[in-house]
Amino acid sequence: MSNIVVENRDIVIPGDLLAEGMDYIPGDFTFREDEKIFSKILGMVSVSGRVLKVTALSGPYAPKIGDKIIAKVTDVLMSGWRVNTNTAYTAVLNVRDATTRFVRKGEDLTGILDIGDFLVCKISNVTSQNLIDVTMKEPGLKKVEGGRIMKINCNKVPRVIGKKASMIQLIKEATGVEITVGQNGLVWLRGSADGELKAQQVVRMIEQRAHESGLTGKVSKFLGVAHKPVTPTPTPTPTPAPVPKAEPVVEGGEQ
Amino acid sequence: MNTAMISFNKSSVLALAKNGKRFDGRKLDEYRGPIEIESSISKSAEGSVKVTMGDTVVIAGVKLSLEKPYSDTPDQGGLMINAELSPLSSSRYEPGPPQMPAIELARVTDRGIRESHVIDTKKLCIEKGEKAWFVIVDIISVNDAGNLFDAAGLAVMAALRNTTFPKVDDEGKVNYKEHTDEALPIAKDTLSITIRRVGKNLIVDPTVEEEDASDARLTVSSESDGVISAMQKGGEGTMTIEEVMKAVDLALDKANFLRGKLK
Repeated sequence: MSNIVVENRDIVIPGDLLAEGMDYIPGDFTFREDEKIFSKILGMVSVSGRVLKVTALSGPYAPKIGDKIIAKVTDVLMSGWRVNTNTAYTAVLNVRDATTRFVRKGEDLTGILDIGDFLVCKISNVTSQNLIDVTMKEPGLKKVEGGRIMKINCNKVPRVIGKKASMIQLIKEATGVEITVGQNGLVWLRGSADGELKAQQVVRMIEQRAHESGLTGKVSKFLGVAHKPVTPTPTPTPTPAPVPKAEPVVEGGEQ
Repeated sequence: MNTAMISFNKSSVLALAKNGKRFDGRKLDEYRGPIEIESSISKSAEGSVKVTMGDTVVIAGVKLSLEKPYSDTPDQGGLMINAELSPLSSSRYEPGPPQMPAIELARVTDRGIRESHVIDTKKLCIEKGEKAWFVIVDIISVNDAGNLFDAAGLAVMAALRNTTFPKVDDEGKVNYKEHTDEALPIAKDTLSITIRRVGKNLIVDPTVEEEDASDARLTVSSESDGVISAMQKGGEGTMTIEEVMKAVDLALDKANFLRGKLK
């Protein structure tokens, strides 16, 4: 006999009962005690089938395997680098995950990455002790060069990216700025001086107004471009950007 | 503000400076908005304000106490200004005894106000050689988003203007719970303006990114009639005479602008 206590998109606090019985499965940021499922954090419930999960509304970034993040090199190690991931725990980038070329034993690693450099990388492993490994061995992962870096609340990252990267696409097209959003809340903007500034203002605006609906429309108005209606026309870009009229308040997104 | 990002953005700030542009798109002589002064924010202080300048927030409080005057100035009260840079306001500040930036902030703010004789210290004396009012001002940073110098100077001046004397009973004891209507004897409004050099540009109201990219700064304290009461040069870079003259003109102009907010 199972019984769900909450509805989709309810706001819950840590310890709030979500469901009773074994028919439901605890998802992200929830836990099961006896036969009850509780929330671990302040967030919004999302029910998908039998899985109950909570989307965080606040709090620091929690490293997850497969997340693309922007990290900063803080130390050069024997065979790699220690990087700051904007969490309480640092990560290690091994030489073999950083470059494809042959690196001699005892070579000066600062030639590849130096202290203070930023890099776009992917979390390849997180242990239960929160030891993190990152890798750059995938297309699109590289050292950050030029442009500017800004920091936003990591819980607003999905909003900045938008549904199927629609928001990023919109900003890119309007400002001509290359935008890379790390799941840990660091954003790298590179383009013309005016474009970077405009993009930075837009990202800041999205962060502050993330809870409002119809944000894409407001952003297009701010950027002075026409708000594209929902037309699933195939575009030559790799990420087609159908802009939804009214988006849910928080949604998962990926770049 | 994340310190790490700023060192990265430094090169962007300097590249923009070559074209006479600023990192956040402002004009070289433009202040961030809004500039707000909220008065009487503390019940226990004799005068207090919270000053907001863009994202930078500073609070200042004034306490008055009856003390024995210094022996070399038996007919005068005194003024003390202290600053505390709270670790909450920036990732760069640590708890503990005041470090260099806090000491410099306090001393630069103090010097401008002291040397232009904003407070008539002789009027603070109650009994020559025995009893006089001492004015103690505390500056606390709430959020450091750059330009603490100007914000602190404005906060101290506004806090002094907000101050009223506490009541003194017949035995000469101060009753801090009740206040009279009597304000401090303030003669003028002295404000300090800090001009930063970023690349070859002279700018006002820098953000933290710009402060990091700047190699020289000049703080000019001036009165409303344009009399300069104190100056402080900071940073390892040198300034030419032309730059100093330009900086002083800009500082006098901006001091008048900020003085308008004080009213």
